[in-house]
Amino acid sequence: MQTEINTGAVYVYEAPVRVWHWVNALSITLLAITGYLIAHPLPTLPGEASDHFLMGTIRFVHFAAAYIFAVGFLGRIYWAMVGNRYSRQLFKLPLLHRKFWKDLLHEVRWYAFLEKEPKKYVGHNPLAHLFMVAIITVGGAVMLLTGFALYAEQTGLGSWQDSLFGWLIPLVGQSQDVRLWHHWGMWVIVVFVMLHVYVAIREDIVSRQSLISTMISGWRTFKDDRP
Amino acid sequence: MSETFYDVMRRQGITRRSFLKYCSLTASALGLGPAFAPTIAAAMETKPRIPVLWLHGLECTCCSESFIRSAHPLAKDVVLSMISLDYDDTIMAAAGHEAEAIIEEIIEKYDGNYILAVEGNPPLDEDGMYCIIGGKPFVEQLRKAAEHCKAIISWGSCASWGCVQAARPNPTRATPVHKVPGLAAKPIIKVPGCPPIAEVMTAVITYILTFERFPQLDRQGRPLMFYSQRIHDKCYRRPHFDAGQFVEHWDDEAARKGYCLYKMGCKGPTTYNACSTVRWNGGLSFPIQAGHGCIGCSEDGFWDKGSFYDRVTDTHQFGIEANADKVGIAAAGTVGAAAAAHLAVTAIKQAQHKGDQDQ
Repeated sequence: MQTEINTGAVYVYEAPVRVWHWVNALSITLLAITGYLIAHPLPTLPGEASDHFLMGTIRFVHFAAAYIFAVGFLGRIYWAMVGNRYSRQLFKLPLLHRKFWKDLLHEVRWYAFLEKEPKKYVGHNPLAHLFMVAIITVGGAVMLLTGFALYAEQTGLGSWQDSLFGWLIPLVGQSQDVRLWHHWGMWVIVVFVMLHVYVAIREDIVSRQSLISTMISGWRTFKDDRP
Repeated sequence: MSETFYDVMRRQGITRRSFLKYCSLTASALGLGPAFAPTIAAAMETKPRIPVLWLHGLECTCCSESFIRSAHPLAKDVVLSMISLDYDDTIMAAAGHEAEAIIEEIIEKYDGNYILAVEGNPPLDEDGMYCIIGGKPFVEQLRKAAEHCKAIISWGSCASWGCVQAARPNPTRATPVHKVPGLAAKPIIKVPGCPPIAEVMTAVITYILTFERFPQLDRQGRPLMFYSQRIHDKCYRRPHFDAGQFVEHWDDEAARKGYCLYKMGCKGPTTYNACSTVRWNGGLSFPIQAGHGCIGCSEDGFWDKGSFYDRVTDTHQFGIEANADKVGIAAAGTVGAAAAAHLAVTAIKQAQHKGDQDQ
């Protein structure tokens, strides 16, 4: 067995980032499940309408989780401004650095079993970095914009949701098109979450650094002292 | 031309009592409150009639059919006479050259003062040859009439969005009024629907005549008083939606009980119109009340949003007719299988690696 060497441990994820990660995980899970059930409701319930409020409850959970996701998103943007350098990774891609592309290729080759050993990274590895920005930052923003535009349909014209997000509906086409994009976004995020969880567990075991414990304690530890 | 609306009504044998009833009913239909009934009455009594040119492009005349069936007892008489409908090729008596001469006359006589009501839209391909009125492409007639009008009413989904003749692949390049190139920049009010509700049409005209301006419009140019909410928001079956009670098949118990038609593809949640409040045929019924989902006829491009019985639009961009769920489930399955395979290879590699180290 490899023994963990804690020399050179780095404090990467500050407490607000960690809290945000796990709150996000919970809200995304709830949003995906309730969102799917809004598009494809459960089998019909019998009796009088006044006996049940199932669809209402599902939608309530969706909207409540959406607000938590939105507040978390804004909080995360704030923390990118005041937090450490790693907190800014979600909003910055070093696309003009040769090293980023070289390391990205190396990481892809590592996942394709063409490299014997992965490199060590204090923050995100380049591949993870790329995906995080594309799915969590850009994808999250798309889901927030489309989601709030749809939410504005029921809060009504003149509501703040409508004033801020209502313009999106005629821009995209009509209400049904916004639903389509919101629905596609859900599947993109579901696929991302599957990859994210698998890769996090795999890398935690076979890479040269800590992954899962880092998102709990905040400390990145390395399993060897080689560069 | 000094004749007022009221003069016309009296001449048609409408009593003052009926006239005042009409004014108060119209005030409440427009959401103005009882205080506005005298305003409407005063406007009708004093204002000269506004001439209206009602042009027809590519269309099916369902808007006209709806309009003349306005259920309000006076609406069809009053509004038809009131707006001085000088030209409407479907319902006017004149024909041929005489009829076409009327257009020229109105344009000259009321330059900048008449309302241009457009039913249908012009096809632009082949210089507009797919729609010829009086020997000339409709698009030319439309441009000329728009040049000299005060404002434009786009009746129905054809004039507002394009409707069926503009559905993919739109072979004649039928184009809604506000997108016609070279059209004079006049204010346009859209009254979409296939057709629009009769009472909505008469109320919009009454508002314009009474206040000499458009009612408040939304971002897309539709009158807020009728298009600010979705069918879903005021649907009488909404409690069944919130409860989670849905029709699953056209002939099931839930259908008989009048549960929500969401699962049958009802487009009420994405359609802005007044059907669930104003209803049709004198407030008698509307599609959902008759047991069929809304098909979203007043929405932009409703012919191109997939089946009338499916709320999830098919996505054509991927070469095959796919919908988000089929692709999503396939993608999730593929990624899951790929991850499992990747995991297996990882385990083998790790075992090899460990073996190498042990040696």
